[in-house]
Formats: sequence, structure tokens, C-alpha cells
Amino acid sequence: MPVTIALSKGRIFDETLPLLAAAGIAPLEDPETSRKLVIGTNRADVRLVIVRASDTPTYVEYGAADLGIAGKDVLTEHGGAGLYQPLDLGIAACRMMVAVPEGFDYAGAVRQGARLRVATKYMRAAREHFAAKGVHVDLIKLYGSMELAPLVGLADAIVDLVSSGNTLRANRLVAVEEIARISSRLIVNQAALKMKRAALQPLIDAFAAAVAAHA
Amino acid sequence: MRTWLLPEYVEDILPPEAEAIERLRRSLLDLFASWGYALVVPPLLEYIDSLLTGTGHDLDLRTFKLIDQLSGRTMGLRADMTPQVARIDAHLLNRAGVTRLCYCGTVVHTRPRGLTATREPLQIGAEIYGHAGIESDLEIQRLLRAALGQCGVPDPRFDLGHVAVFRAIARRGGVDAALEEELLSVLQAKDKPGLAALAAALPEETRRALLLLPDLYGGREAIVRARQVLPAYPEIAAALDDLDRLAADADGAAGIDLSDLRGYHYHSGVVFAAYAEGLASAIALGGRYDEVGKAFGRARPATGFSMDLRELARIVPRAAPRGAILAPFAEDPALADAVARLRAAGEVVVVELPGHEGTRAELGCDRRLAKRSGRWEVEGL
Repeated sequence: MPVTIALSKGRIFDETLPLLAAAGIAPLEDPETSRKLVIGTNRADVRLVIVRASDTPTYVEYGAADLGIAGKDVLTEHGGAGLYQPLDLGIAACRMMVAVPEGFDYAGAVRQGARLRVATKYMRAAREHFAAKGVHVDLIKLYGSMELAPLVGLADAIVDLVSSGNTLRANRLVAVEEIARISSRLIVNQAALKMKRAALQPLIDAFAAAVAAHA
Repeated sequence: MRTWLLPEYVEDILPPEAEAIERLRRSLLDLFASWGYALVVPPLLEYIDSLLTGTGHDLDLRTFKLIDQLSGRTMGLRADMTPQVARIDAHLLNRAGVTRLCYCGTVVHTRPRGLTATREPLQIGAEIYGHAGIESDLEIQRLLRAALGQCGVPDPRFDLGHVAVFRAIARRGGVDAALEEELLSVLQAKDKPGLAALAAALPEETRRALLLLPDLYGGREAIVRARQVLPAYPEIAAALDDLDRLAADADGAAGIDLSDLRGYHYHSGVVFAAYAEGLASAIALGGRYDEVGKAFGRARPATGFSMDLRELARIVPRAAPRGAILAPFAEDPALADAVARLRAAGEVVVVELPGHEGTRAELGCDRRLAKRSGRWEVEGL
């Protein structure tokens, strides 16, 4: 039975290539140069579909792909329904952080219990984080360039992914709290694991072995 | 104007599909009847207290609520018929022995269950009350296989789990209710990194056993593995015996998954799901739920399954529609007699009303009744 793997372009695709190689899979085209969304591999029974990172769990939940590689941030927002997420691949690592403008007294604001306005792309993660702290927040959903929101007074704080911290520094923001360490997970459609385990299990095992060897 | 639009995840079912669903409904209810399952028809709405008794938070969120104008109490539109049928068994039938019940009706959900799910599934199911042994679980599994087979579901797979395995590990490890809840959600996602983090502070034996569960799936060999690696608690040994018995009965169509804990709070023993080619979620769900009757004041062992007929109709191969026979409108006893005979023989005969000959094609006829040498005969259109 053919196997379909959903991947997003860029960092996840690049860092997944060695894992695919460990499972004996090599893509026939580079998604950066090809406009194709369905890419064949050296194995006739394995194909890749190229999707937007935040859509990967949706395609796998729907069964359009049997396997997928998705950041933990994206999985948290999706909720994980219909998915198994057995393996932390350790790739595309970064941290989800709360950041505020330099000089903003975050600890004081939190202690005081005032409502904070928080701009983020990660509504669910932010909502759960502040609810667990008992802090009232108004969330403002943005799709990018979150760092701008505090500068123009749209928000008091942002929740965003931080890898080097350069963007924060360039915009005079400081990270004040870590919400989660993020890396990419292997996700598996639940029905697919039941219906075509013979085809999927060797791939899952190969990924697990490659991750273990790397660690 | 958009007055003809329906709410999201709500739809009309149109002719060929509606007929397919109705045929499935009839054939399944006939099958259940032939196995001795009596049909019950619970109400579409009832007081929320009874509707949600013994069920989980999840069902509460999925239930539409409204206020009863007669009593001022909150009522709910049923989101699942199983608790209603358990209530009927516990309080209305009051039988001492084994009761077999089946049902079919619309349920409504506040939120769709999945990407392609409807908010108005047509639930059909069968339940056995009053028998606590593996034999009733076997009967339910066999009935479900017979049902899927009769509908023509291609190559269904059964996935079996048992809530007692996780429950024994959690209870013996002193896991509190809040942690048990979190463990459940990571186990069901086979989220091994998340599980490792949550279990880090638990006793070594408990932690080790929990970390094994996500990988204990597969064919019957998974049961053999589980016996070797899981702690030798009698509850686990008994659960694995049950699973082996059920898996052996399914002729290789069954798989095992010890971290499949769907409906954990509701179920008390074996849980199972049936999967079919073409659907990204389970086509049928079921299991044992001995505790639900207790919430209604009468503890009765119970086991059963249910499925959504509308989902089922989507994957079942549909017979090509049979062409109908066109009959003219004429006050002729010989014609009426010919039409009645054809209908009695299973043919569809449509009378063409005068003045609409131009839209004849819409009637779906491929033959017609015509008078030839004084007799009404069927001929090609």
C-alpha cells in the first residue's frame, strides 16, 4: 500500500532529509525549485506532499497523508485529534516564549492581576499558558511580525517562537518566560496505523532509530 | 437572500443517498432482530440530568441544551443514544436476566467530531445488558462483524483495547485523578515524549509500565509481548486473556492497541473500534461499560457498539439504481392490473401525469408499459 508523508518547505524539509535517507527514501525533486505539491521518491510506494507547516496536522488528520512532520507549536494549536505523535524528531528546535518591550515590568503586571493584552499566532498555547498562571489576558490573533505589536501599542506582550533571539533584540524586546520547548514531531494518522501498519511501521522504526543514533 | 442556507456541518440528504441510508437501516435492524435484539425508540430530548448520567465531560460539551417551558428545567438534545438505552434497561424493563436492545436515531452534536463529520449523525447500535462475561463481548463483536459484512464494508479491521490495563497500572501506582487525566490524553496520542515527562515522578514500576503502553499495539503478538513485559498484576492478566479470546475470534481481522483508551471514564473493560478502507476515523465504536447502569440506580453489566449510518453509507458499495417503468395515465383496469403485478414483483412503476411528457427523462425510467394487440406489455423506452 502506498505511503504519503506530509512535509512543509524550508527548515522542516531540510532537517527531515537525513531522517528520510535513514529510512531509504530520497525525494526526486527539491520543493524549493519545483512547483509540484506532490513529489515522488526513489521508492515507488512512498510520496511526499508539500503543505504549509500549520496545515500538516489537518492533512494527516484527514488521512490525505499517513505520516507528517509538524512542529509541536502547530500540533498544540491543532489539538491533535485523530493523530498519534509517537516520536520527537529533535529537529527544527526553538522555544515558545513570552516577550515584552525592554523596561516593561512583566512580573509586576502578572502579580497585580491586571488584564494583559497579548498578541500571538499561537492562541491555544497562549490561552493555556496564561490560564495555568491565573493571569487574565486578551489575546490578539496576528499572522506574523508579532514583534511590531508592542512597539505600536497594540499589545503589552507577545507569545512567539524564539530561536536566536535576534529579531527580539532588533526590536528592543526581551523574552521573559519560556512556555515550551518546541521541536518537530512525527505524526501518524490513527486509522492509517491500524489499516496499513505493515507499510508504516518500518518507516516509524527507521525514523526512531535515526533519532536515537543522533541523540 | 440566503434564507435557504443550512448551518455548518448540517445537511439535507438527497435521493440516491437517502435511499441507500434507509436500506442500510432496514437491513441492519432486521439483522439485529434476527439475533434477538429488541428495538427501542428513546426520545430526541430529555432532562440533562438523565441524559448525561454516568457519561463524561466530553459528551456534556457535545450536547445542545435548551430550557423546558413546562418545568423550567434544562433539557438536552441527545448527542449519544447509548446512555438512553442503558436508562431504559435499568429502569423501565427491569429484567433480571440478559436483555438485548437495539436502536437507530438521529443524534446532534454542538461541534462536529472530525473534519468531515456531520453534526447530525444517524446513530445505530446494539447492546447487551446483564451479562458480565467475555461471551457477551464475543457476541457483540460477532454481531458487528456480521453487520459490516452484510453492508458490504470492504475488509474491515477491528482494533481492541482494554481499559483495565491502564487502570491497574494507575491505581497501583497511586496516580491521582488529575494526573490520570493528563496521562490518558498523552497515551491516546501515543505521545511518548509527553508521557515520559508526565511519568517522571511516578514509582519506577508504574513509570516503566506506562512507557511500554504506546508501543503495545499490533497483531496478536502484541498480547504475547504485553504478557512478557507488563507487570504481573492479575487485572492485566485477565484483560489480556479477554483480548486474546476476542482477537482469536476475529480471524486475523483484529489488532490490539493497549493505549487506545477512548471513553475511558465510561468504559470498564474491552473497548473496540472498527476501521474500514476509505475512512480516516473509526466506522464503529464499542465496548463494555458496566458502571453506567449504576448511575441510574441499578448496576447492570453492559456491552455494545454503535455507528453512524451516514458514514457507513459513504463507504459501502452502492448497487446501481434500477431503471423504473413508465406507465401512461389511463382509466383502464387492465393497465391498473399490470402495474400492480409489476410493483408486487419488485419493479418501480411511475405513472406519467398528463402534460409533462417533455421532462420524461427526469423520472429515471428505462422501460415503459405499452398496449400491444390489446395487452399491456413492458418494452424498452
